[in-house]
Amino acid sequence: MVTSRILAGMTVLGMLLAGRAQAAGTLTIATVNNGDMIIMKQLSGEFEKAHPDIHLNWVTLEENVLRQRVTTDIATHAGQFDVLTIGNYEVPIWARQGWLAELRPGADYDMDDIVPSVRAGLSVDAKLYALPFYAESVMTYYRTDLFQKAGLTMPQHPTYDQIRTFADRITDRDSQTYGLCLRGKPGWGENMAYVTALVNTFGGQWFGDGWKPMLDTPEWNAALTWYVSAMKADGPPGATSNGFNENLALFASGHCGIWVDSTVAGGLLFDPKQSHVADRVGFAAAPIGPYGKGPTWLWSWNLAIPASSRHADDARIFIEWATSRAYVQLVARHEGWVAVPAGTRISTYASPDYQKAAPFAAFVHTAIDTADPNGQTKQPRPYGGAQFVGIAPFQAIGTQVGQSVAATLSGQMTVEQALAAAQASVTRTMRQSGYLH
Amino acid sequence: MARTRTRLRQGVVTILGWAIALWMFFPILWMFLTGFKNEPDAISTPPHLFFSPTLSSYRDVFAREDYWHFATNSVVISVLATVVALLVSIPAAYAMAFLPGPRTRMTLLWMLSTRMLPPVGVLVPIYLLARATGLLDSRTGLIVIYMLTNLPITVWMLYTFFREVPVPILEAGRMDGATRWQEVTQVLMPLALPGIASTGLLSLILCWNETFWSLNLTSSIAAPLTTFIASFSSPEGLFFAKLSAASTLAVAPIMVFGWASQKQLVRGLTFGAVK
Amino acid sequence: MDKVAIRAPLTASPAGGGARGRGLQGFLLQSPAIMLLLVWSVVPLLMTLWYSLRNYNLVDPTRQGFAGISNYWYLLTDPDFLTSLENTAILVGGVLAISVGLGTLLAVLYNEEFAGRGIARILVISPFFIMPTVAALLWKNLMLHPIYGVYSAMMRAVGLTPVDWLSRYPLATLVMIVAWEWLPFAVLILLTAIQSLDTEQKEAARMDGAGMVAQFINITLPHLSRAITVVIMIETIFLLTVFAEISVTTAGGPGVASTNLAFLIYSRALLQFDVGGASAGGVVAIVVANIVAAFLLRAVARNLET
Repeated sequence: MVTSRILAGMTVLGMLLAGRAQAAGTLTIATVNNGDMIIMKQLSGEFEKAHPDIHLNWVTLEENVLRQRVTTDIATHAGQFDVLTIGNYEVPIWARQGWLAELRPGADYDMDDIVPSVRAGLSVDAKLYALPFYAESVMTYYRTDLFQKAGLTMPQHPTYDQIRTFADRITDRDSQTYGLCLRGKPGWGENMAYVTALVNTFGGQWFGDGWKPMLDTPEWNAALTWYVSAMKADGPPGATSNGFNENLALFASGHCGIWVDSTVAGGLLFDPKQSHVADRVGFAAAPIGPYGKGPTWLWSWNLAIPASSRHADDARIFIEWATSRAYVQLVARHEGWVAVPAGTRISTYASPDYQKAAPFAAFVHTAIDTADPNGQTKQPRPYGGAQFVGIAPFQAIGTQVGQSVAATLSGQMTVEQALAAAQASVTRTMRQSGYLH
Repeated sequence: MARTRTRLRQGVVTILGWAIALWMFFPILWMFLTGFKNEPDAISTPPHLFFSPTLSSYRDVFAREDYWHFATNSVVISVLATVVALLVSIPAAYAMAFLPGPRTRMTLLWMLSTRMLPPVGVLVPIYLLARATGLLDSRTGLIVIYMLTNLPITVWMLYTFFREVPVPILEAGRMDGATRWQEVTQVLMPLALPGIASTGLLSLILCWNETFWSLNLTSSIAAPLTTFIASFSSPEGLFFAKLSAASTLAVAPIMVFGWASQKQLVRGLTFGAVK
Repeated sequence: MDKVAIRAPLTASPAGGGARGRGLQGFLLQSPAIMLLLVWSVVPLLMTLWYSLRNYNLVDPTRQGFAGISNYWYLLTDPDFLTSLENTAILVGGVLAISVGLGTLLAVLYNEEFAGRGIARILVISPFFIMPTVAALLWKNLMLHPIYGVYSAMMRAVGLTPVDWLSRYPLATLVMIVAWEWLPFAVLILLTAIQSLDTEQKEAARMDGAGMVAQFINITLPHLSRAITVVIMIETIFLLTVFAEISVTTAGGPGVASTNLAFLIYSRALLQFDVGGASAGGVVAIVVANIVAAFLLRAVARNLET
């Protein structure tokens, strides 16, 4: 009697411990929690209908957590995930380690439809290692009504000097209208993404020949000085806590006059359900600094398969489905053209329906098409990437420098002090990680 | 004269008691309310105290993630980890409280100091260990880890509560011929029950809210509510209302449980029987 | 009720087989817990020590081999290392002071009878149930945000300009947020302890003419000493490794104004997946924690004896 009770108890315990079992043909997908991936998750039913023997299992996490989780997993070959959502920062680095499976989609996938600059960022030695899901570049958003009131016109290709002048004219702190909103939150993918782009167009760069850090150059100084003085004069309070999301919220609730940031914000700002200023947004190209040229911002979220995956074939079917033309049409049917994943396929931009739903589409397409992450900096450089540096230590380096930059915004350090501290810390880290000798 | 002073004192105590309680609870109340707003309302300036409530944020939350799966994981993992931790701690605390040896104090302190290692420093070794033992993304894995991380705390707290039990009562039981087992189950446990309950509740809360290991050692099968929250924090676009709704859903079970059981705890360690 | 007198009989009357039998029984009862903890603390500790002496970077497998003390050297010569220690001390000390100090006063307050006391108690205890990540997000975005936070709106309503708390006073604001999370725990434990305070003693003291403050100092506080010890020890464990709140609110900045040791290890080592560096950081953290523990031990040793 007692034994049967114990047995029953242990069975229950075993069931509790086991949780939900994994069926054969299950794909575990690690992804980021942005709007496009949420839509994809909701459309998994369509995929499972077309491929009844594959079940999709989603793990949705915030970007930083996702990155840490996925990197730990793939580096230790733990095999927790079958499909990874990673950026064009990770793809070349991981591909060189041999962690990602090479991808050779069939002819009906139409690789030529993929925007060339995006595709180039995902290839190493002409081999493709990830399929792009969406891509973004950077542009300038501004409030047409505020500009009209102040009698200003935004040129198609503004310079940073012009931006400063405009911002000064439309700032009105009493009504909580701030002329210029820019990223200030410390992080290699937050404020340093923007600041790197800024430095590029001022003629600066992170590293020169032999991986020598170049943060102590006049170009960095000029860029950072512009940034700090403009934010002090025209920026909102709490700028050091403002990343992309926070600035989006500020602009959408009517507090910003000008905002320079990712093209993905366009869809959100023009959506009356999510933005109070949907009818008053204008856009222009990203501002240009004194140097004028230089690498331009390109970021893509991509789907990749770990080289050691046990479900590689199923995973391939899924990622080709998720990044295909047919998928774009599927999203358009279900959510409308304004919600389709942007930036990766030329056919999307060629579609008249898309152009109607998203008035800024052509503009964004030009920005992404002409984005040149491998562009020429003033001096030769040993690294790729536009708003980041494509080496493994960059996350730590970028975040550390990002904190020094945030300290200049909050007034704790001068620009000179911050750059000196940044130069020292970057040199230290590069020596420790073996790049610099 | 004395009456007015007592009345004044009573008034001050009441006002102070309520003012502090409201200040402490206010952010939680605001989060609860924000869950019923839509996104633009959630960050309106000035913040709206009165608004037309909507369930759209809750609907979005449920549509996006399988809440019940995460909640079940949280409940199973927290409860089992707490039960196992108590099963192991009660004998240990008993021994330390009533059969102290020369090294009891040192053992206690060593136990606590093991707990002070920051998880960030030991993430990869533990991850590799979990992978090697096949415990990645399993409830068992998390239960084991939580039980081990809470053990020093449960032992310490039980030790403290057991020390409050006057020894003569236990001795009286022994003199009546009770075995040690009966002494523990029939004399000690009833007396120390509020203490055991407090310890259990503390362990439950710590397991429920533990973020670091649950995020890093699980992916989908065993993911608890902390992972659920991680998918709502800081996505693109406005998210405060959804985050508030998700947080309310994640916090509600443990908070309701805590509220219901706190009367048990605060009844405390009064030993009316002794007097 | 003199507890000391009650303790004496324990050694005088052996229970169950003499001193040795007692020792053996005690050992057996404690051994599962001790063995588990041994495994849990020794195994990861050994692994951490091992990795700390090697070059091991998850994303850069080309770096291998024995590193000697270079990982330690890198961490200890980091210009921000001392600041992170300072910040850790301020964070731990500040939250302890607030939660224990204010906690004791609040425990006395909530021990008094007043209308709706039960509900008020529940409200005070609530913050302890909230996940640290959620608590930090709440405070940062809904309460303290200079533009759309509730506190800022209240400041504006009385004509003040809202302060950018997390940018100007990052560490102090963090202390406040973490204290908000832990104060309920302290109140709960101390309230439980106060409830067992013998009211006869207090009556006697009051009849002797002792005022409220004197009663508090001479009767209440000594009675609470063990409970206060528990609160301090347990809170210190968690406060030494505060991480989620920092990463969600300030990410350690501006500069390193709110970076504590755990966050420094994260941002210098873990962020670049430098396992060697992170392990060295872990070892340093244990050393620091043991120093703190030894310090605390001396301060509260008396309470363990009685």
